[in-house]
Amino acid sequence: MSGRWEKYFWPIFAIALFLGLWHIGVIVSQTRIFPAPLDVVKGLQELVRKGLLISYVGDSLLRVGVGYSFAIALGIPTGLILGWYPSSATAVNPLIQIMRPISPLAWIPLAIVWFGIGNASAIFLIFLASFFPVVVATVNGVRNVPPMFRNAGQNFGLSSEALLRRVIFPAALPQVLVGLRIALGIAWLVVVAAEMIAVDSGLGYLIIDSRNAGKRYDLVIAGMLLIGTIGLALDIGIRRMERWKSVRWGFTNE
Amino acid sequence: MQQAASTAVEKSTKTKLSINDVNMTFKRDGNSVNVLENIDLEAHEGEFVCILGPSGCGKSTLLNIVGGFLKQTSGAVKIDGEPVTGPDPRRIFVFQERGVFPWLTVEGNIGFGLFKLSNEEKARRIAHYVKLVGLAGFEHAYPQELSGGMKQRLEVARALAVNPDMLFLDEPFGALDSITRLIMRGELLRIWEAERKTILFVTHDIEESVQLADRVIVMSARPAKIRRIVNIDIPHPRDISSRRYLELRDGIFEEIGLAHKV
Repeated sequence: MSGRWEKYFWPIFAIALFLGLWHIGVIVSQTRIFPAPLDVVKGLQELVRKGLLISYVGDSLLRVGVGYSFAIALGIPTGLILGWYPSSATAVNPLIQIMRPISPLAWIPLAIVWFGIGNASAIFLIFLASFFPVVVATVNGVRNVPPMFRNAGQNFGLSSEALLRRVIFPAALPQVLVGLRIALGIAWLVVVAAEMIAVDSGLGYLIIDSRNAGKRYDLVIAGMLLIGTIGLALDIGIRRMERWKSVRWGFTNE
Repeated sequence: MQQAASTAVEKSTKTKLSINDVNMTFKRDGNSVNVLENIDLEAHEGEFVCILGPSGCGKSTLLNIVGGFLKQTSGAVKIDGEPVTGPDPRRIFVFQERGVFPWLTVEGNIGFGLFKLSNEEKARRIAHYVKLVGLAGFEHAYPQELSGGMKQRLEVARALAVNPDMLFLDEPFGALDSITRLIMRGELLRIWEAERKTILFVTHDIEESVQLADRVIVMSARPAKIRRIVNIDIPHPRDISSRRYLELRDGIFEEIGLAHKV
């Protein structure tokens, strides 16, 4: 009984406490730069009035959606092939391991050279950032498929193509989904950074523009809170996929 | 009825499987390990053969060779007179219950190997085998929602659905509790009597082998050799407190060198 109630009470309490301390901190320090929580709310209302809130959020989500979709569409097949042919993975692995630690932000200069300043650059960076986690998770997923499943599939006379489609892919899917979740988190991190440089709309642009044009720190923080909230919503959304019946076996301990 | 079941086996003397002087050596870290030594074995059509041996003796290796998943180092394995070159849908390997596909429902699993059939025929077969293994009402359940025994029956149904003429079972009941194991043995015999597949059944359980098999192949520890072949001449259903049963069982216990007292 009390468990259910407490599940909601304590998180709300923690957030309220945080807002309270923030508010008191602003008053006590008499800062003229840092906004209080209510100023941020007013800032948000201003964005809504100007019609910017929806369009900025929409632009950011669209960039993530496009870049991330490309990453999935190319990353999963690449991962399946690399996982399926171990020699190809051996060949490509060092290259992937060198590319992977390079922050997507380090690609910004090249992205601008290749795609100019605009949407294409931002989308390219998101693609790049989410591509590698998807590939790596898919390769590992394929490699961890128990040989028993592979043997069973072969035993029923499946062709290689059918084996990949009907056994290897579904068996690797839970691990692939974990990779998709990580990749989405990274994509969302990167879109904000990309928008600070390459475009003139979106939540990242909102933050950098609010600071540059008039030191509107209420809007800076409004942008930050929006990023955090939407990031949380995306994560909750993608975790729903783990409840699909055909993958749930991969997420519960028997 | 009981008589009919046991004489049916004796009537068919057509050789289904012949294993001829098979040896298997694994190379590990530069050392070679002898796993199977001079295995000679035949099985008749419709026969239920148990391969009995201590854990890790190489009996699963033998089953994997016959199933086409491993290639023997030397010797010949023939089924219906043809050398085994790889896995084949005419002979299905049944793993412990973990072999069912967890991403498919009961129906999906049973229908897995039926991709060449028309939809009506597929549905008919699925319905038939769902019933045969007692999973009616669970057609749309996922393996995760089933008990160990149900999963094992599901895997047997998936194997039977493609109408193979041989079944290879690798300690299929090893992960089940002892009560479920007993029930499953009865189920397997019932299905075997209905379908008359040639069965090769690997186990380390002496009682299990004497309860199930027409013949028990007793293997030695590694490298595995055939120590003795025991004919179990008791008709099904077997009375496991009958004198003959106990005689045969104790004979195998002695062969393996175990005392009868705990």
